[in-house]
Amino acid sequence: MEFLFYMDEVFAPMNFGLLLLGTIGGLILGATPGLSPTMAVALLIPFTFKLEPQQGLILLGAAYTSTVAGGAVSAILLKIPGAPANIATTLDGHAMALKGEGAKALQLSFISSAIGGVFGVLLLIFLTPVLAQWALSFGPSHLFWLAILGVTVIGTLDSSSVVKGLLSGCIGLWLATIGFDDIMGAQRFIFHSSVSGGINVIPALIGLFAIPQVIAMFAKGRQSNDAEVIVVQKHAVSEAFREVIKRKKALTIGTLIGSIIGLIPGVGGQIAGLVAYDQSKKFSSESEKFGTGHSEGVIAAEAANNAMVGPSLVPLLTLSIPGSPTAAVLLGGLLIHGIFPGPDLFINYPKVAWTFIDSMLIGQILMCVFGLYVAGLAASVARVPQSVMAAVVLGLAVFGSYSVQNTMGDVYVMGALGLSMYFLERFGFSAAPLVLGLILGPIAEANFIQGSMIANATVGTGTYFFTGWLNWLLIVIVVASVGYSVWMEVRNRRYTSKEEILS
Amino acid sequence: MKKFIAGAAIALVAMTTSAAAEGHGDFPERPVMLMVSYGAGGATDFQARIVTMTAGNDDALGMPVAIINKPGAGGRVGWNWLATQADADGYTLGAYNVPHFIAQSIKGGVEYSTDSFEPIANWGADPAVFVVGADSDFNSMADVIAYATANPGGLTFSGAGLFVGHHIAALQLEKAAGVKLAYIPNKSGGSGAMRAVIAGEVLGGVNNLSDAFRAREAGTVKILGVFDTARNSFMEDVPTMAEQGYDIDNASVNFRGVMVPKGTPQSVIDHLAATVPAMFENSRVASRMKAGGSPMNIMNRDEVLEMWAARQITLEALLSGL
Repeated sequence: MEFLFYMDEVFAPMNFGLLLLGTIGGLILGATPGLSPTMAVALLIPFTFKLEPQQGLILLGAAYTSTVAGGAVSAILLKIPGAPANIATTLDGHAMALKGEGAKALQLSFISSAIGGVFGVLLLIFLTPVLAQWALSFGPSHLFWLAILGVTVIGTLDSSSVVKGLLSGCIGLWLATIGFDDIMGAQRFIFHSSVSGGINVIPALIGLFAIPQVIAMFAKGRQSNDAEVIVVQKHAVSEAFREVIKRKKALTIGTLIGSIIGLIPGVGGQIAGLVAYDQSKKFSSESEKFGTGHSEGVIAAEAANNAMVGPSLVPLLTLSIPGSPTAAVLLGGLLIHGIFPGPDLFINYPKVAWTFIDSMLIGQILMCVFGLYVAGLAASVARVPQSVMAAVVLGLAVFGSYSVQNTMGDVYVMGALGLSMYFLERFGFSAAPLVLGLILGPIAEANFIQGSMIANATVGTGTYFFTGWLNWLLIVIVVASVGYSVWMEVRNRRYTSKEEILS
Repeated sequence: MKKFIAGAAIALVAMTTSAAAEGHGDFPERPVMLMVSYGAGGATDFQARIVTMTAGNDDALGMPVAIINKPGAGGRVGWNWLATQADADGYTLGAYNVPHFIAQSIKGGVEYSTDSFEPIANWGADPAVFVVGADSDFNSMADVIAYATANPGGLTFSGAGLFVGHHIAALQLEKAAGVKLAYIPNKSGGSGAMRAVIAGEVLGGVNNLSDAFRAREAGTVKILGVFDTARNSFMEDVPTMAEQGYDIDNASVNFRGVMVPKGTPQSVIDHLAATVPAMFENSRVASRMKAGGSPMNIMNRDEVLEMWAARQITLEALLSGL
């Protein structure tokens, strides 16, 4: 209960001001495509030089929390995920927005974000020593199986066709091989200097999601000036709370999966949302509604990607190993004040450590309050004419891609992938499986090669990848996941008439 | 929509940490850019931000230095850019990591070599160390090598990747001890390599002295030896490899410093070479670096030129067999 003792630190005027600044700024940065949580935190570090250690961390912690949630805004309203963590939110969130339920989707996403986020931080507060051991138990073989589990999600992610989902996943896996391979030292498919560093996920994400939208918007704008205006129905906050509570299965699945995956170093929030979305779809009694603007999809995805924030800091705070890119940036923020995270962090610097964690707790709630306010403004975004919106989104897309590594190469990559995606979408392929392939490819590959290198030097590949309960648990989940998809496919087939197949 | 525009504006302001420049006749007349070929928050980026924080002072450059990150492919993306696309006018500096960029240029596939750049000054030197888990049976390098001799190719140890300091150290150890070892490069860099050691996935690891120092403070690892010519002030109790009977010099030490692309006017190079080492010596810089556990080693342009030339020869010999 030590954390309550330092709670009043958070409400000191200066600290609370920074918390507000970090939260509001984080929401805005998060909503901007291309500004991922890692980028937002890295941009803020120079500003913490002049602050006290705990003040600097309050700012960074608040920004981390709210950029993750802020990414949902553009994911829902524009179908452009602010960061990889928000990909799953686009699936049902944007479908809801198209039905005029944009405000409702935003409210649901912020409420479930806050619930998931608070749970994650509470885990960080109470279970850190236990969780630290859990975070360490994931070796290369387990990460490999976990990535394979992610791959099994690819097929079911696209609601229209499993085959097309798998095909676009394969395109993503191929794109992931481009660039220098750090383990074998090989150069693969480097046909232009823009891709010499590989395809960066953020520009790819922006291109694949935003550019087809932009082209579609321009096309509509030309057809008629008074093209369809998306209506945004008002939605009471209290009803949104009731909806979230009603959907407690999705909320629970999202929160738990987010917390568990958040702990695993190197995988983190990028796939937490997608895995949670997939699992809640499989467990839901209304699984056929997923992808058509179903509230459970938004709730599970957003609860998961915020629940992962707290646990993702466990390896950093206890073992001094950053488990995610954002945690690595936070480590820099701690070191610059001469604070070495480790098991005695809470003994040597209790004020810094607890104030930081408390501020993340309060930050989740503030984020929810401001987020609900933003949700009320959603209507004004929908009222912007399509052609104007297209220009603004295109501008943001270029800005977002350039800012990741300060290079035009990423802008070319974004444009090229976006244009290709426009045509792929016309043939019924979708972007989410492709991005998932791009994210999972390197994780699966690197861990397989690392694992087999260790295995060859020690016990042999077969033994290394197929012993231990954790390996088997993951393998069983993979088999179950594939089996379930096949079964669903076969069962649906039975009820499909010949005319439907031919049409 | 206002939110998005505001977001864009805030981000733009945040990224241009430049101040208005007027009234200076001499170089530099405007803020200077320092390209870091690793991501924001990494050790090189973190140290570059600290050592340049006093650049705006009148006794230093008199102009602020803005850090621009161009990460990718283990630094190759940034250094390729600096060698081929950057303006050689003195306003574009680059941070170097030796032996990384020299080893990469020897291995090939990149558009730079030591001849593509002109060094300005060196700020830091982070030696590689050999670490094992806190509960490991190994207590000295002799134990490690004894195990490796008994199990040829069976001693697994992690490091940050290929053609980086850790890899060089691994090659040196293999050569000096005359045994075959299983070096496992880690995709997640130094922190991933350290995690593999702590979690017991590998029997040992090569890692940065600064990170190993923190891990030892945290009680998770033992440090068995330093790949350097002398003991380090952060850990006087840890012997060097040479002291333990292995003929290993400081070729794997990760030197970090500032360079400019070839073709930068000589007057500008001279001006930078005179002012930048003094800037690194600022007491505020030193205290921040010490607090962050980052060992400093300030060298002037001539010393760096000599170090680069020496590294080129050592690394060519070491990498020729690969």
